[in-house]
Amino acid sequence: MPKTLPAGRPIRIALCGNPNTGKSTLFGALSGVRQRVGNYPGVTVEKKLGSAKMNGRDYTIIDLPGTYSLAPQSMDEMVSVDVLLGRQEDVGQPDAIVCIVDASNLQRNLYLVCQVLELHRPTVVALNMMDVASSKGIDINVALLAERIGVTVVPIQANARKGLDDLKQAIVQSLQTPVAPFRSPFSEAFCAEVQQIHDISSQESATPLPHYLIQRLILDTGYLHEAKLPGVSASVISAVDSARQRLAATSDELVSIEPIARYSWINQVTQDVICRPDEHRATFSDRIDHVVTHRIMGTGIFALLMLIIFQAVFGFAPFFSDLIESGIGEMGGWVGGLLPPGALRSLMLNGVVAGVGGVLVFLPQIAILFLFIAILEDCGYMSRAAYLMDKSMSAIGLNGKSFIPLLSSFACAVPGIMAARVIENRRDRFITILVAPLMSCSARIPVYVLLTSAFIPSFTIVPWILSSRSLVFFLMYFIGIVVAVLVAWLLKRTILKGETPPFVMELPSYKVPDWRIVLHRVWERCWAFVYRAGTLIFAVSILVWAAGYYPRSAQSDPGFATEIASLESQLESSDGDSNELELILERLQRDQSAAQIRRSYLGQAGQCIEPVVRPLGWDWRIGCAVVASFPAREVVVSTLGVIFNLGDEQDEGSAELRDALRRATWEGSERPLFTIPVALSVMVFFALCAQCVSTLAIIRREMNSWRWAVFSFVYMTGLAYVAAFLTTWIGNWFV
Amino acid sequence: MTTLADLHVGSRAQVARVVGSDSITLRLLEMGLAPGAQLSFVGTAMLGDPIEIDVNGYRLSVRKSEAARVQVTPID
Repeated sequence: MPKTLPAGRPIRIALCGNPNTGKSTLFGALSGVRQRVGNYPGVTVEKKLGSAKMNGRDYTIIDLPGTYSLAPQSMDEMVSVDVLLGRQEDVGQPDAIVCIVDASNLQRNLYLVCQVLELHRPTVVALNMMDVASSKGIDINVALLAERIGVTVVPIQANARKGLDDLKQAIVQSLQTPVAPFRSPFSEAFCAEVQQIHDISSQESATPLPHYLIQRLILDTGYLHEAKLPGVSASVISAVDSARQRLAATSDELVSIEPIARYSWINQVTQDVICRPDEHRATFSDRIDHVVTHRIMGTGIFALLMLIIFQAVFGFAPFFSDLIESGIGEMGGWVGGLLPPGALRSLMLNGVVAGVGGVLVFLPQIAILFLFIAILEDCGYMSRAAYLMDKSMSAIGLNGKSFIPLLSSFACAVPGIMAARVIENRRDRFITILVAPLMSCSARIPVYVLLTSAFIPSFTIVPWILSSRSLVFFLMYFIGIVVAVLVAWLLKRTILKGETPPFVMELPSYKVPDWRIVLHRVWERCWAFVYRAGTLIFAVSILVWAAGYYPRSAQSDPGFATEIASLESQLESSDGDSNELELILERLQRDQSAAQIRRSYLGQAGQCIEPVVRPLGWDWRIGCAVVASFPAREVVVSTLGVIFNLGDEQDEGSAELRDALRRATWEGSERPLFTIPVALSVMVFFALCAQCVSTLAIIRREMNSWRWAVFSFVYMTGLAYVAAFLTTWIGNWFV
Repeated sequence: MTTLADLHVGSRAQVARVVGSDSITLRLLEMGLAPGAQLSFVGTAMLGDPIEIDVNGYRLSVRKSEAARVQVTPID
């Protein structure tokens, strides 16, 4: 009897499959641009929903994370199981499941299919990459396969958009026909144990634990025991424990029950279905791999590729960032011309325009890095890179996949942290994210350049190779790396403890990247940054602007106002030689803004924290510049410009600012403010501190919790403070 | 007993069993290193670790420490 389709809501389809099977391509092909991306509550798994229309009905497609098995080992992996079992309330139970499999690697892919069939839900198998299979000389009897597994199998070619209509037809059909019975590959004894626990659960609750979940509880390797799932009562736990004991007594290891049962099912099902050539045919992919994963050539190619990526993010992106900045500067000038001087104009120029600019300047770096990453990922190189780098990265307690996020962080931590998504293991991903901001990014360069050129005497250490200033530069990068290694080591032994995750990684066949997937991924990352992080960065920029602008009243400083007014009127009346007057006026205006910043909340905060920064050898003005640079490190240069009476248009190359810093003395004394140790301590502070609201916003987004963003800020600021203190203290011994 | 970690580039073997009872063992089994599966040793990364193998026609990389859990019978 045909079943009726659910009415009154879109039909829900869950899309699952192994990684590297073209699942994203199929998801894109089914839902087009109508996608919504979010996070599942409490975990760092991306929730991707798409919508489609088939036969006049609305469908919601739930794209589950790629996985080899539905045996959850972590909270993140549990999400897929919960969605499929209808236990994830924010998406609802899927009406049907589409399982995409790689035809060229059918056996391993059928492992997941076998688990999905165990759920007894309407299911369709999409057999992708038939072209790759036939290039390997593999022939698949699709009709026989479908007959054996009892569900419709549709050959498709997702990247060429072939077979999609058949697939949609099959999905609709599966919803209307009863689910064929599936004989579980587990032994009768095992199934009896599952049924017995199910009976216990049924007596206790109107919604008993699903059979699949009971299988998981019996076969658990540790995670479910810790997780304390809802519905798992004390009597269920004790029944599971005794079932485990009985099963362990009759078979060898509990852990191997499932793989042995499922692989023997797979061998039966694929008997005469897969026809392989007798001789292993070296494919195009094999020949590429022979060179690319070669221990010497492969490493050379990898180094070259990394150099190209680094150069692109570090060398080319700033060109586009400069374009954006000058565009925004133009816009600021235009806005400034429209508004009369005052709070609104200052808000628009120094708050809004600077805030928007602060968000947009990151886009070129994000776009360029993710263009490379998406290409490398989609063509199959990414896992080779992780393979080549694993040994060196595991020496510092991470795995090969941490390399690219950390390398990118030398250009900018924001795209670097976003790139950490490729690391499936939660602990390794978190550690990578937490240490990534310690890599010296390009925003630190202005600080390093300004202070090195102002205070580090230039002399040659090794002719042609090393000068004193490049040594200081190198040391700043080196400190970041050393501290990152130590922090990673410490995190692994304290708050992010856990067993070393396995490095059992598929090296997928190479393929030509799908430009739609590549561009979509770049767009997705850029949008995620602008939308999720951008709002916060913008808000903080306005807050810091307000702190520097207020309190402000005409009465507070009548001296400047009257003097400026009288000068302005003199300027207007004198038509001839007014250069000198203009210079005086400019100086007055600068003095006024310096006095203003001193009086502002920001200045007050600087003076307030002076006792804190005194041990570092800093006065309130340096403290104030550091506080003001919370939105972004490079802001410190223009803030120093304002504080040292030069206006806010200073950059790191400015000779004027350099001289002003050299001349600066402690207030009310002749003692120079910046000595070599103090300059170095400011640089060390900036090498290690978390003065970058974009980084903190992206940490919060990627780790799905404010606590980690706060943690990053606190630990980095703490480290930066201690290191700056030590620099001044040790430095003063030598001076 | 010979393990996967003892093999040399180019050699072939059949999986006998995977020792251990934790999630790493489960992952190795799930990825196709179940008893009876045939594999060949393709190569190693620069420092000799991890290793690359071919199982049932696809490429898999594992660390040597993990490969040492996989007991194999070499095929000539």
